[in-house]
Amino acid sequence: MNLLDPQGPVAAANSTILVDSVFIMLTIVVPTIIAILAFAFWFRASNPRAHYQPGFVYSGRVEMVVWAIPALTVILLGGVAWIGSHQLDPAAPVPGTGSPVRIQAVSLDWKWLFIYPDQRIATVNTLTVPAGAELNFQLTSSSVMNVFFIPQLGSMIYTMNGMVTRLNLRADNEGKLQGLSAHFSGDGFPEMMFDVNVISPLAFPDWVATTAKSDAVLNEDSYKKLMQQGVERGRPIYRLEDPRLFDLIATQHIPPGPGPELISDAGRPHSGGHDAR
Amino acid sequence: MPAGRTVEAMMLGKLDWSAIPFDQPIPLIAGAVVLVGILAVLIWVVVKGHLPYLWHEWITSVDHKRIGVMYILLASVMLLRGGSDAIMMRIQQAIAYQSQGYLPPEHYNQIFSAHGTIMIFFVAMPFVIGLMNLVVPLQLGVRDVAFPTLNSVGFWLTSTGALLVNVSLVVGEFARTGWLAFPPLSGLTYSPGVGVDYYAWSLQISGVGTLVAGINLVTTVLKLRTKGMNYLRMPMFCWTTLASNLLIVAAFPILTATLAMLLLDRYLGFHFFTNEAGGNVMMFMNLIWAWGHPEVYILVLPAFGIYSEVVSTFSGKPLFGYRSMVLATMAICVISFMVWLHHFFTMGAGPDVNAIFGIASMIIAVPTGVKIYNWLFTMYGGRIRFATPMLWSVGFMVTFIIGGLTGVLVAVPPADFMLHNSMFLVAHFHNVIIGGVLFGAFAGFEYWFPKAFGFRLDERWGKVAFWFTFIGFYVTFMPLYVVGMLGMTRRLQHYDVAAWRPWMMVAAIGMLLLSIGVLAQVMQLVVSIRNREALRDRTGDPWDGRSLEWATSSPPPVFNFAFPPDVRGEDAYWALKWHAKVQQLEDHPGPEYQDIEMPRNSPTGFVCAFFATVMGFALIWHIWWMVILGGLGAFATFVVFAWRDHDEYVIPAAEVERIDRINIEERRSLVSMAGAA
Repeated sequence: MNLLDPQGPVAAANSTILVDSVFIMLTIVVPTIIAILAFAFWFRASNPRAHYQPGFVYSGRVEMVVWAIPALTVILLGGVAWIGSHQLDPAAPVPGTGSPVRIQAVSLDWKWLFIYPDQRIATVNTLTVPAGAELNFQLTSSSVMNVFFIPQLGSMIYTMNGMVTRLNLRADNEGKLQGLSAHFSGDGFPEMMFDVNVISPLAFPDWVATTAKSDAVLNEDSYKKLMQQGVERGRPIYRLEDPRLFDLIATQHIPPGPGPELISDAGRPHSGGHDAR
Repeated sequence: MPAGRTVEAMMLGKLDWSAIPFDQPIPLIAGAVVLVGILAVLIWVVVKGHLPYLWHEWITSVDHKRIGVMYILLASVMLLRGGSDAIMMRIQQAIAYQSQGYLPPEHYNQIFSAHGTIMIFFVAMPFVIGLMNLVVPLQLGVRDVAFPTLNSVGFWLTSTGALLVNVSLVVGEFARTGWLAFPPLSGLTYSPGVGVDYYAWSLQISGVGTLVAGINLVTTVLKLRTKGMNYLRMPMFCWTTLASNLLIVAAFPILTATLAMLLLDRYLGFHFFTNEAGGNVMMFMNLIWAWGHPEVYILVLPAFGIYSEVVSTFSGKPLFGYRSMVLATMAICVISFMVWLHHFFTMGAGPDVNAIFGIASMIIAVPTGVKIYNWLFTMYGGRIRFATPMLWSVGFMVTFIIGGLTGVLVAVPPADFMLHNSMFLVAHFHNVIIGGVLFGAFAGFEYWFPKAFGFRLDERWGKVAFWFTFIGFYVTFMPLYVVGMLGMTRRLQHYDVAAWRPWMMVAAIGMLLLSIGVLAQVMQLVVSIRNREALRDRTGDPWDGRSLEWATSSPPPVFNFAFPPDVRGEDAYWALKWHAKVQQLEDHPGPEYQDIEMPRNSPTGFVCAFFATVMGFALIWHIWWMVILGGLGAFATFVVFAWRDHDEYVIPAAEVERIDRINIEERRSLVSMAGAA
């Protein structure tokens, strides 16, 4: 999951900006650290060769340099930030070969649901994508906030209930990657890691066809079961009944996930602490 | 038995025996140990007959120095609590590779939430507010803060918050939502327990305390300066105090309003931040960070002030570029309010918004960089004495630059798209909060301890503490930068990625070094108290200081100065000393000693906080009769205070003269001894 080993153009551009920014700043930071240590060492009270200048309290030239160095650095980096923010906006298109693949991701408590509306299939905790194609993500959440993030493919983005965020990515090399949620979402949060299989564009239709033969069907009912709080250890695959399922979730036609089951003790309100989760 | 149950619910709300974690040994044992410790101390205090002394001299004291000391004591105790949480987290992440570790999620999640809450609100805040309380009136040459009793109220309300957070260890649970309790996770649907209520009420009550402390210190700096102490003669620490407290006054009401809305959601079914009925979670993000970002500057600005005092004193030079520093401080104060959105670049705001907030965030690096360079040039041409406060300061300068670099890095939106919420970010903010605020707090502690207590701290243990903390910091947090670059996100109770494991083990070793550093600090205090006669500071000026706090005895008399000092330039006391060398400390030629009026002690703060604790606890557990009782009690206390007849007492001129003469004699004997030698 090394950020400096990008597997797609977005991650590559992000990490280039990251590394470049570090180097721009290091050119200032390293000499400053050396100067701090050198001044501190040379002007130690026990050094008879150091010249004591208690009157050196202001120098217009030094002041100018002192304001100019950080200001110039920030002007340079500000340019990087401005251009980078526009070119690498998560919603900006990422051209690829072949037709784009639309993927609708839903964060659940505590698993990821990936809906392929055009292919009429859905998967849980595994994202399978063809190499080289543009991946158009639409994202939402069934309950609390999460962040969708595949470190080696680049930019992350929040998922929020009742809202849709957009993200475009591309995976250039076949192989297995890992994704995760980058925003704490409750007790099962560490289980929200998911596999990313990048397969060849030729194999993708076969994979779709196999998945579409699944016995399990994803519809409103099975979705409501899926969104109960809990951890999914397997990698279920579904045939998608209604390609508008994502819209029903995002528009709250399917209400948000229920949260923890309350232990109700003869109708008394839940006492707070230590339930048996 | 529905009738019995109804009565029980009326009397005790949601509280019952299931709130005590009998099935969880760690919090139960920890709680029991703390409880036994507190009881033992209380019994010792009562049996030894120290209670009247504590009550009259400390608990009801409205003396800014005493209140400052109590703030720092609170921060130190809470540092041990927050530090224990940190140790538990580092051990958990070191061993929870492909396993559950030793902490189940519901416990681990409480620990990181409590760690953040405690370290920011009950360690960093009281530590810097304590130092400001202790030092600023002395530096301004005045006898007290603007509102002494309010000062006491502020301290005790902060303690109430800290107490409630710790009560949650044994009665109920703490929030499992992180230190900012983002909805909808912190809403009633997803967090039905009392954890979030403990969090929110603790912060509401201590937030009031912080706000009154802020109002008090702003007023003090603006209205109570001694003769000749105009704004551009104030020591740098007073400037950063002003900036920091202006931020408190402007930002803390936002926190209060935000948490109030969250509480309305939880208690009365409002929909500010819920998923349903038009609630908007992004609004919470904006509001909490509109407070949260200024908050980090509230913490770090006073630390910048401490470094300015320390670097200048130990270099034997005035601060380089004083006016530039003032400008930089106020620039940071203003800009820090305009950058909050950089905490959620990844929420899908458009590129223009992201870029503008990214650049605004970087602009803060300019005045901050200027400060670093000005400290650098303060050292240039100095005669640097490496006493412990100076070690902390140099350690800070090196460490903070690295934190600044990574900070500017995450202000570049495309880089943040990879690093948001990662362990890299965790490393970054510990880099600036430990390397900036905590190092500064320790530097200030070592530097002003002799002023507060009349004896210096042991240098050898101080240096041991510094080196262990300094190296321990790097060993702990550099690995976190690395795992952040390896894609690790924060708040993971366990993980299966092999590449992260070795770095988490290194970080755990670093935590061990940090803990030794903290223990060395405790050792230093013990050793110094034992050797206090040898370490006694008779001059009131152990470091060859430059500002007015060193012009009075250590510890200062309750009235601070027998005569209001007359300030004729920057570095007021330095100038006085040059003057005095010429005069050979002749008898004070000044005016006759006069009666001094000082504010009377008042239990208002303590009693108010007692009722606030009752009310907070009752609100958390829905015990409504107790809520009303606590609220009425706090209000009645305030009314009684407002109708008081006598609020000041007089120290007669003869007594002032007696105290001041002792101080002058001490100093003169030292001067003549030095002359004889």
